[in-house]
Amino acid sequence: MILGYAGKFLEINLSSEKVKEVSFDDEVLNDYVGGRSLAVKILWDRLGSNWENIDPLGSENILLFLTGPLTGYFPGGRICVSGKSPQSNGVVGSTVGGEFGVELRCAGYDGIIVIGEAKKPVYFFIKDSDVEIRDAGHVWGKDAKQTVRIITKECRDLLKKRFPLYGEWKEPALLYIGPAGENKVRTAVVAAKWAHAAGYGGYGGVMGSKRLKAIAVKGTGPLPPVADIKKVERLIKVVNDNAYENELWRRWGTGAGGYEFGAKTSSEPVRNWQDEWHDEKSFGVDQFENKVWIKQSWSDFGCPTCCLKIAMVKNGKFKGAITDNPDYEMQAYLGTNLGIFEPEENVFLSSLIDDLGLCGIQTGNVMGFAAELFQRGILSAKDLDGIELKWGDVEAFAALARKIAFRIGIGDTLAEGTYRAALKIGKMKKTNVLQYAVQSKGIGIGAHGIRSGKDYPEIFSYACSVQGGDHTSTAGLPLDSGGSELMEIFNDSGVYCNFNSFGIPRNLKFEFYTAVTGLKLTREEWCSSKALKVLQLQRAMLLLGGPDLKWDPKIHDANPPRFYEPLPSGPYKGKAADKSAVDDYKRRYYKAAGWDENGIPKSEILRKLELDDVDKALERFRREKPL
Amino acid sequence: MPKKEKGPIWIARELSKCSGCRKCEIACSLFHEKHIWPEASRIRVFMLVPGVDFPHFCVQCEDYPCVQSCPVNALSVSKETGAVLVDNETCIACGKCIDACPGRIPHMHPKEKRILICDLCDGDPQCVKVCREGGWNVLKKVSRGDRPYKLYSRKPEEITRSLALKMYGEKVGEFV
Repeated sequence: MILGYAGKFLEINLSSEKVKEVSFDDEVLNDYVGGRSLAVKILWDRLGSNWENIDPLGSENILLFLTGPLTGYFPGGRICVSGKSPQSNGVVGSTVGGEFGVELRCAGYDGIIVIGEAKKPVYFFIKDSDVEIRDAGHVWGKDAKQTVRIITKECRDLLKKRFPLYGEWKEPALLYIGPAGENKVRTAVVAAKWAHAAGYGGYGGVMGSKRLKAIAVKGTGPLPPVADIKKVERLIKVVNDNAYENELWRRWGTGAGGYEFGAKTSSEPVRNWQDEWHDEKSFGVDQFENKVWIKQSWSDFGCPTCCLKIAMVKNGKFKGAITDNPDYEMQAYLGTNLGIFEPEENVFLSSLIDDLGLCGIQTGNVMGFAAELFQRGILSAKDLDGIELKWGDVEAFAALARKIAFRIGIGDTLAEGTYRAALKIGKMKKTNVLQYAVQSKGIGIGAHGIRSGKDYPEIFSYACSVQGGDHTSTAGLPLDSGGSELMEIFNDSGVYCNFNSFGIPRNLKFEFYTAVTGLKLTREEWCSSKALKVLQLQRAMLLLGGPDLKWDPKIHDANPPRFYEPLPSGPYKGKAADKSAVDDYKRRYYKAAGWDENGIPKSEILRKLELDDVDKALERFRREKPL
Repeated sequence: MPKKEKGPIWIARELSKCSGCRKCEIACSLFHEKHIWPEASRIRVFMLVPGVDFPHFCVQCEDYPCVQSCPVNALSVSKETGAVLVDNETCIACGKCIDACPGRIPHMHPKEKRILICDLCDGDPQCVKVCREGGWNVLKKVSRGDRPYKLYSRKPEEITRSLALKMYGEKVGEFV
């Protein structure tokens, strides 16, 4: 057995209520590591032959919660959630911070594979090898904070009752959905704590479609043994010391972004990306720090950075609203993108989005889209169930968010996410509104624009990514560079927080992997074979897509049209993405990734990577007329 | 403060500063158990309400009720440090010390039949080191004087309620 793994996975069939333990051969773990890579492997093996017909929100989808061998060891614990994505119809490796991955590994499992669909709402309570499927009727419909309170108490009471001599029980770690997930909203998250979320991919809706409200886990064992614990300890110290040096990153996390990405790099969505520049000092990090942060440092397991803060509004209209940070993405998508520039309003909306179990990025994206349609007179207040969706009106957006989470009226359309909503509204209004949809392959673009050229994503980063608009998994060249999507695949497969890897020596994460598993792995090997294989599998499943939508690389390996409009103001006024430069990069990217001129992975690379079945599945895309 | 202080020590604590990073659990379990093992750590971070993270560990009460409660004399007080020492061979894992502790701080080793109580790492507490390295300074090693240390021995629920009230004010009723 490879070191660093618990060696077992739980497979829970919700339809039959059967629970079993499964394991993977060393060869599979050696090749696919864990987290995102292993998810891709499991999904391809189990669903690949019928991929196009699998409804992501149907019972045949598989929902995965996977750790990696580095979870709990590399500072900053996370868990990777995956399955067929109801946003892209491909696969997204969506990670969320917290203690869940560590507790799961301490319980003796590297991951959970959930299949089927429950007849009525349930939650899992896992205590080491005891796995229970429990009734969740009483928490169904509850918001985030109430779900956490009720299930934490229930599980601790059970532990106390069952193990009265143990002493006081710590809380189990929890993953759960809010009302949005229950209502199969495509922009719903799988949440942890109050405001941590696996957002990209839309797996909250998948969890809801299976009527799985939550998973609670308490593991009492140690983390799985590693090859060289002394070396692991030394490497942990290197990562910690590096993080401790980064004072402002620790002080503010990404919380400084709400002002800086607008004012300095001009890459922040403002009013549905109609602009990417603002100079609103009301949104400076000092305003958040001094007005609303009640906890300056909040971290997940083993984290030296503590980029999270807790914010609470103590006075005025939004008194009592609590969320974390809000981090940069929430400041942007639930702030500037909606024309909101007051910290208290931003905290209020973030808090509501948490409570509803919605993804702040995807929901902020679709609400910004709707607001622009209102601005342009394409959607009227009547179309919006009476809501005057004016920029900056936080209460109007709050009302709309509630409609989305419960799929009421216009909310039902917007709950489909920006791309699907655009198709639907376009049909209804007999006009093309896709030009206002700022997304790529069903996934709203993260709050880092490409027009100014001053932020980290490049002009082809979203267009070529196998996770669409996901700002945590952007494409870059060369394929073995730090900005390559292949390196993000490593973070999401070792399953730890990449925020703690900024500034560490280039090869340290691979050394870390070796110290944990005992297996040699170089960056070159990772980029030229293992990660490349995962990239091809993700690309293949994205292209197969279905059942409701499919992507044509010629049309959809693209930036949102907005990115070709010149920036209207700020220091980079007039700058836009250049179509011919994007096309040129796309060609280079396709070539580097081993894809043909139409963006289809070539037989040559697939056979070299021993993906003959993928080659066969993609054969007909090549036979079809060149695009 | 030098590494090994002569005379008993105490770990001063400022719970509301805790970030919940759990590096104390990692350091404690690596030192005592040679594994990262949160449940076998003698210092445990509770987070019964999100954001309300705090370490829960022995305060070395002046009258050591746990030591007095032990039916087999498995517990003793270190003359050097003032820590409660567990004789693992003698301990019968009856849990009497948990009930005797005003804060119900001791807990069972998750895999072995013995109780876990902070031993102050023989005067050089590992949890304090990592907490200070990170700059959280929730924990600080000080010389033990003559103070009512027992006051700090509180149950996790009690501590949660106080800290949550401090943080979240009147909203506290909705969470605890």
